Amino acid sequence: MAKKRKAPGINATSSADIAFMLLLFFLMTSSMDTDKGLPRRLPPPVPKDQKKTDLDIKKRNIMIVLINSNNQILCNNEYIEIKQLKDKVKEFIDNPYNDEHKPEKVSVDVPYFGEMLVTKNHVISLQNDRGTEYQAYINVQNELAAAYNELRDDVSRKKFDKAFGELDEEQQKAVQLIYPQKISEAEPKNYGGA
Amino acid sequence: MGKFNKSGGREMPELNTSSLPDLVFAFLFFIMMVTTMREVTLKVVFRAPQATELQKLEKKSLVTFLYVGEPSQEFRAKMGSETRLQLNDQFAEINEIQDYIAQEKSSMKEEDQPFMTVSIKADRETKMGVVSDVKQALREAYALKISYSAQPRVN
Repeated sequence: MAKKRKAPGINATSSADIAFMLLLFFLMTSSMDTDKGLPRRLPPPVPKDQKKTDLDIKKRNIMIVLINSNNQILCNNEYIEIKQLKDKVKEFIDNPYNDEHKPEKVSVDVPYFGEMLVTKNHVISLQNDRGTEYQAYINVQNELAAAYNELRDDVSRKKFDKAFGELDEEQQKAVQLIYPQKISEAEPKNYGGA
Repeated sequence: MGKFNKSGGREMPELNTSSLPDLVFAFLFFIMMVTTMREVTLKVVFRAPQATELQKLEKKSLVTFLYVGEPSQEFRAKMGSETRLQLNDQFAEINEIQDYIAQEKSSMKEEDQPFMTVSIKADRETKMGVVSDVKQALREAYALKISYSAQPRVN
């Protein structure tokens, strides 16, 4: 008769480590695919009984960016390339030489900065055809965002010596007062185009 | 009266860690469940457009996804190759957006509702007509915070 042997227990101290490794792996991979995008705000819906009133915007305050169904860009009745758009928009928003064809400047009291001349009433009107490709539309939206971001970065570097993204909330708000993002997206029309 | 036994050197009793792996595994399964629950099987072809000025979406629980694109190969026969909209796991029409948004909104906490964001995941070759219709529907549904989902551009 053989002696009854006891099976030796498996040393399980490291299984906690293995489990932790798995856990970390899943945590890392699941947070990696965070969704990125261009945030925008839509205007609230127009009540059905309200009549269409054309807002009276001075001509100098408005910049019309049109994208046709061939993905070509028309900016203030001028055909331009996507690369030129950012500088055009920056010049329009900033109006550095107080050009009378660019948006008018209004004196605004901004925290941290004091009285500033701001092109508060400018509007960039983005219009597109129903046949425009989404990528072309995103390209234009991206250039517009880039223009705003660069202007905001410039002013925050000058004042706070930091990029816009590194400022605290109050400071960001102040900078946003100087360069408010005003993009109006008109309802699309069928402009057609060859 | 208590008796203090100074002579016998006490030893710290060892902490029993045999149940630690179970705890961690339970946590692991929880994470796995939660992260896979948000995933939907894509029924449309979706290649994100590219952009540079991207911002991360803050809270995932506040984000609702809308997919726009052509039906993928296996659904081509049934659905055709026209651009379609996908809500959750099904193909949908534009006029169903409003109900879907309302439903998503009501499943959120009341204080979170104003921060609800809709991420539009549209294929880069989609025609803007469809996207505009979606945008109009979102306006009607008072889901005004949107985000055009895109990939960072590699130069």
